[in-house]
Amino acid sequence: MESRDTGAYPLILYRGRDGWMGYKSFDEINEKIKGGKAVVVTAEEIIGIVEEKGVKQAAKEVDVVTTATFGPMCSSGAFINFGHSDPPIRMGKVWLNDVPAYAGVAAVDAYIGATEPSETRGLEYGGAHVIEDLIAGKDIKLYAESYGTDCYPRKEISTCINKNNVNQAYMFNPRNAYQNYAAATNSSDKILYTYMGTLLPQCGNVTYSTAGELSPLLNDPEYRTIGIGTRVFIGGTQGYVAWQGTQHNPGQARGENGVPLAAAGTLALIGDLKQMDTRFIRAAVYEKYGVSLFVGVGIPIPILDEEMLMKTTIKNSEIFTKIFDYSVQSRTRPVLRSVSYEELRSGSIELNGKTVPTAPLSSLKKAREIAELLKKQVGNGEFLISQPVESLPAANKVNPLDVREGS
Amino acid sequence: MKTIKLSLHFPANHVTKPLTYDLVKKFDLQINILHADIQLNKTGKLILDITGTEWNIESGLKYIEDQGIKYKLFTKSIIWQEDSCVHCGACTAVCPSGALQMDKMDWSLTFDKEKCMVCELCVKACPLNVMCVTI
Ligand code: SF4
Ligand code: SF4
Repeated sequence: MESRDTGAYPLILYRGRDGWMGYKSFDEINEKIKGGKAVVVTAEEIIGIVEEKGVKQAAKEVDVVTTATFGPMCSSGAFINFGHSDPPIRMGKVWLNDVPAYAGVAAVDAYIGATEPSETRGLEYGGAHVIEDLIAGKDIKLYAESYGTDCYPRKEISTCINKNNVNQAYMFNPRNAYQNYAAATNSSDKILYTYMGTLLPQCGNVTYSTAGELSPLLNDPEYRTIGIGTRVFIGGTQGYVAWQGTQHNPGQARGENGVPLAAAGTLALIGDLKQMDTRFIRAAVYEKYGVSLFVGVGIPIPILDEEMLMKTTIKNSEIFTKIFDYSVQSRTRPVLRSVSYEELRSGSIELNGKTVPTAPLSSLKKAREIAELLKKQVGNGEFLISQPVESLPAANKVNPLDVREGS
Repeated sequence: MKTIKLSLHFPANHVTKPLTYDLVKKFDLQINILHADIQLNKTGKLILDITGTEWNIESGLKYIEDQGIKYKLFTKSIIWQEDSCVHCGACTAVCPSGALQMDKMDWSLTFDKEKCMVCELCVKACPLNVMCVTI
């Protein structure tokens, strides 16, 4: 046995009779990444590798497993600092291409939320489109109003901005990368237009939204390597986990494998919008529901030991979710059945004795593209892993909002 | 030879079998049924591709009319702007004809124009406005 001090974690290697059983530190894996020597595979590839080589050998050989997802994530948006005009204005209300942005922060700061609709074009254009247009380098019409102050006399401004002439433009998404999510159907006689897509009457279809076995938090179900400060791929650039996401619900019921059986953990992500790429960020409009934003997220998981490796070998057949009836307009919708992602991916499932077609809403093809790209970037030393500076809460519960008598 | 796409609307109690049979036998037409929605004792709807010579198609259409069956020719078609598609699959949730499907290997969207019955449901269901109708 040898022991070295590698900073945060002492590195201990055991060389027992049956070979290597040790622990690789974040630093040690990063040294390999910097040297271009890290062995990186995707969360789909690792399944076959472990089947072929066994856990011990695979844990020894593989350093990083890449995960990814590309789906509509409503809880997204961006902070922008416009710079000061002359004479200066303390922007009280801000519109970007006629989409209201929140300006209740400092003089020339604003937050454009993805789901905010345009005041002139309605649901066809919204905050998500402003974000996509900004990333594409297009000019955006800025209009702002103010009541005027002694230090900020101007009362109105109308100009154009783009990503090169604003100071900061960074995406700050309060809730991304949901760890598992509900599947949806509709038992009513009416067609329903929802954020889960168009749901046909009489349970005519089932929709689901996940990258399943490739999805980040499903490969690290207990948040061992993904935490605050984790470097992530977001929208084509490198960003970070800023905090637990809103509605983070680690206390969700879990299977024996530790994987949540319905929506659980979430991440708040941050990343430089100026460096993003419209291949990985796309505005979306769901019929009669509204605007949302497709966000591409990828997270590399360091294979610290055999246990971590085992978590990344999760398969679609071992991940379950619940099918909710979205025709019931209540916070607690009835659950029609529990279903594995393998079944959902097969194209149809049995529901109340009927064969019902299933359809995805998040793009597995794009998620794979991100996982592959991340694999390349980690492999050639461009993308380092990072040890969380703080863990995500492992237990808390989500509060409902009840309507109470005011005081 | 040419191919046309049309929908047939049957009155109640009409038997459909002999009609397509007659079109094949009497007018030498090739029939491809894209979608059938026939409920017993109720009106029915059939969407077909018909291939044959111009003359045979004309005669076939007249024959359909003579049987008391209404038909409508499809003049529009659906265009999939593949370059801006993200292959999410939302459109496959509503496609009644199976024209839109996910490839189970690489999970890209596939569009089989032949099967499309131009119901336009996908146009609204696509969150990126990738499917559009042309006249
Ligand atoms: S819904 Fe639109 S973007 Fe999604 S797969 Fe269909 S055509 Fe492509
Ligand atoms: S119009 Fe769209 S939804 Fe309707 S059949 Fe054609 S491809 Fe399918």
